[in-house]
Amino acid sequence: MGGKRHFRVWRGDESGGELQDYQVEVNEGEVVLDVIHRLQATDAPDLACRWNCKAGKCGSCSMEINGMPKLGCMTRMSTFEENETVTVTPLRTFPIIRDLVTDVSFNYEKARETPAFAPPADLAPGEYRMQQVDVERSQEFRKCIECFLCQNTCHVVRDHEENKQAFAGPRYFIRAAELDMHPLDAKTDRKEYAQAEQGLGFCNITKCCTEVCPEHIKITDNAIIPMKERVVDRRYDPLVWLGSKIFRRPMTETVGHGETSVLGAVHAQPKGGVHSHAGGSHDPHAEAEAQRGVNWHRQVPKPTVPPVDEHGRLPLTELTFDRPAAPSPFGDDVTFPMPVEHLNYAHPEQDEKKH
Amino acid sequence: MTTRIERHHYDVVVIGAGGAGLRAAIEARLAGKKTAIISKSLFGKAHTVMAEGGAAAAMGNVNSRDNWQVHFRDTMRGGKFLNNFRMAELHAKESPQRIWELETYGALFDRTKDGKISQRNFGGHEYPRLAHVGDRTGLELIRTLQQKIVSLQQEDKREFGAYDARIKVFAETTITELLLDGDRVAGAFGYYRESGEFVLFEAPAVVLATGGVGRSYKVTSNSWEYTGDGHALALRAGATLINMEFLQFHPTGMVWPPSVKGILVTESVRGDGGILKNSEGKRFMFDYVPDVFRKQYAETEEEADRWYKDPDNNRRPPELLPRDEVARAINSEVKAGRGTKAGGVYLDIASRLPAEEIRRRLPSMYHQFKELADVDITKEPMEVGPTCHYVMGGVEVDPDSGAAYGTVQGLFAAGEVSGGMHGSNRLGGNSLSDLLVFGRRAGGHAARYAEQLTSRPKVSTTDVEAAVDAALAPLQRDTGESPYALQQDLQAVMGDLVGIIRRREELADALVRLAELRERVTKVSASGGRRYNPGWHLALDLRNMLVVSECTAKAALEREESRGGHTREDFPTMSSKWRQVNLVCSLDGDQVKLTHKPLPKMRAELIRLFDRTELAKYLTDEELADFDALAADAEEAGK
Repeated sequence: MGGKRHFRVWRGDESGGELQDYQVEVNEGEVVLDVIHRLQATDAPDLACRWNCKAGKCGSCSMEINGMPKLGCMTRMSTFEENETVTVTPLRTFPIIRDLVTDVSFNYEKARETPAFAPPADLAPGEYRMQQVDVERSQEFRKCIECFLCQNTCHVVRDHEENKQAFAGPRYFIRAAELDMHPLDAKTDRKEYAQAEQGLGFCNITKCCTEVCPEHIKITDNAIIPMKERVVDRRYDPLVWLGSKIFRRPMTETVGHGETSVLGAVHAQPKGGVHSHAGGSHDPHAEAEAQRGVNWHRQVPKPTVPPVDEHGRLPLTELTFDRPAAPSPFGDDVTFPMPVEHLNYAHPEQDEKKH
Repeated sequence: MTTRIERHHYDVVVIGAGGAGLRAAIEARLAGKKTAIISKSLFGKAHTVMAEGGAAAAMGNVNSRDNWQVHFRDTMRGGKFLNNFRMAELHAKESPQRIWELETYGALFDRTKDGKISQRNFGGHEYPRLAHVGDRTGLELIRTLQQKIVSLQQEDKREFGAYDARIKVFAETTITELLLDGDRVAGAFGYYRESGEFVLFEAPAVVLATGGVGRSYKVTSNSWEYTGDGHALALRAGATLINMEFLQFHPTGMVWPPSVKGILVTESVRGDGGILKNSEGKRFMFDYVPDVFRKQYAETEEEADRWYKDPDNNRRPPELLPRDEVARAINSEVKAGRGTKAGGVYLDIASRLPAEEIRRRLPSMYHQFKELADVDITKEPMEVGPTCHYVMGGVEVDPDSGAAYGTVQGLFAAGEVSGGMHGSNRLGGNSLSDLLVFGRRAGGHAARYAEQLTSRPKVSTTDVEAAVDAALAPLQRDTGESPYALQQDLQAVMGDLVGIIRRREELADALVRLAELRERVTKVSASGGRRYNPGWHLALDLRNMLVVSECTAKAALEREESRGGHTREDFPTMSSKWRQVNLVCSLDGDQVKLTHKPLPKMRAELIRLFDRTELAKYLTDEELADFDALAADAEEAGK
């Protein structure tokens, strides 16, 4: 190798721009970022490009090379044909600032919206004990260098600006998965949160994010799919539902004796305990009330409206909707069968209190 | 002046968003101060991510004999007794707490069998001491601190309705000048890289956490950000720098292929069994064990190899000598003509461990070489050589508070930009813990300083105008003096004349050339506009690089001995006289002034942690006599 090579680099800003042609010296063993640097030092001193470590560890020099989202520092020139033109363009999903630099603030906003690690209340610093096998699952996701190539390549937002509001993207699904699998994280609703707030349902598992990940994190297989499966399990699987009822019973009994405070009982749910989706009652008191079992005076949770679009209509097709099949007319918060405690019906067994 | 300047008011402004900066900001915010973090790059990209080995902290999880005293001893030994003893003491005492604290922020370190944080061996550390996550510990640390800041912002959102209410990150923002009110810090002036617009932070307390100076060198592991900004800002604000002659050249940076020249190969490759060979295939490190270390290191290959399995009954392999010794050894081999074509030596792990084991222990090393260089480290040796890696010197600070010495008040420094902690040579793993320990201290003391002020210092309009003019100047000149060419010339001077092995004539020559470069830097011009213009940014960084390089060259010429990160061919041995001296740089007008300052005297209970034979290698006869008197007193008291 060596000698002049043909490069086409996108130059411009938010008002527009175009590919410019450069003939540039390339030496053996160089990567695309080296060539960009040579361009800066010679033909184009003001060519804007982010970079830091030049070793594939910081995730700054994300760009699209011949249309593929890649790190400039990890793309060896030897992977191209000798006379191949190399076209370098900025990430398409994010607004242009200048040349190869884009405004990636979308990602930092989504990072802020993702609930942080919740430390276990009963452990002081230095008392954390975890097994290597248990931390490894989360460690895979913590390898992420935040190059945002997965965010850039994801179909849900790549050409759909309108989805950015409701969709956090693969980077933040693996963050949710990481925390969900963290052995000591005290929050128990990571999956539900991913489904309800991060737009996990938008993802249709095309695995493009996994393909572009320079850290080879199995984003789809190890984070997104398990998160989706478990959310589905919890919401619809009758066996899981039944199991969770049995699991919770002793607590209901304590409450029956009127000793433990009702709120205390709710908060004392063990990790992995069920989350009720009683119609629209995100009010903790109504929830707590519901858990007491039969109470003819309790406020009946109001049903919520179904998810309608800005014209007040239900979405008609799956294409414009975030999940397969039609939405529930009872609203997103109601799942069937409804938890027994939410019904004003006393099962004979439940009434047989110990004396 | 028609230039628009955005103004912000903060209590504490932290310049730099690496480990030290983020830890300082967290502390200032926890103290209730309105805090700004200024980052030259995007949030979370700081150079800290490059640290591979781990964070040293005497938790004693792997070997229960480890404690802060042993860590303190190792640190002083590594720094050849030039360290500020108080900093080394605080560091050794507080680092375990700082590491454990990271777990409460969500960090996931590798574990021992009983579920504690695992610790690994590293050059210069007596026991396995480095908390680590595979070989990406720096990334874990930066991500953890980044996520902690996000969680504090989420708290603020709940309380005040805005994420940025009490702590805000200004990404891709460069500070070009600190502004003073008399001797007190009043603010910081800079520009947004993205837009080229100017921004003024009015704040009574500033924490410098800008990292190092490596971009002034040809072969360096440092990123573009490492232009000595904090060092230069401190000098211009009236603070002092110490130990600037001490630069650490990492012994094993990649030398081939050229695209990754300078990238580090973690020391844990050697900790896990990797050995160094020259082009003749000889394992040469046995020839380079200095007398001071003779006792602790193996003399035969057999003994060295036994150590990996049974460290209690065997001495360590010489590949695990402190970094400067290894760097010097490699340099000597290459100079003697026993190096590779690319000017390095071979680091071989392939023939030492099964491929599967290498991939498991060194995943990102394996991955990096495979992807960047198409080299399979499980099959062939790597080609490595010394690389400019870390500057021990930096802002002279009060050990307890991180407050800068000199005439300035309200200026604090932590991390690589501060000096003293590592003496003449830093031990691997001590920088990550340094960031946490002193980042926290600097942030806390900056908050306290801001708290006790009775009046807020004011920024003067003329200072701001001067800063604006200085920043715009390169864009308005049309001299054709390219910033890229200037940087290359500067790197050549520093790399060739103030590199790993130094001589009087070369250093004197370097000073002449630096003076010429200084002339050219005043005339540097940048083409293009203000929006994200890297040529302009570099033009502004150059004067910082230049003044810091002058400090290094001057101090290197002055110090007539070899110690740690400073090797003089014409003065090849350590001198106990020179051990008592710190070289302090300050600015007199725009010229660098050098003064001698005695080292603080170590407290009795600390010096008594060492045995006399060891001290004899470092101390003068008078100091040894003092030590003997101390020992005699203690014995007396014991009876």
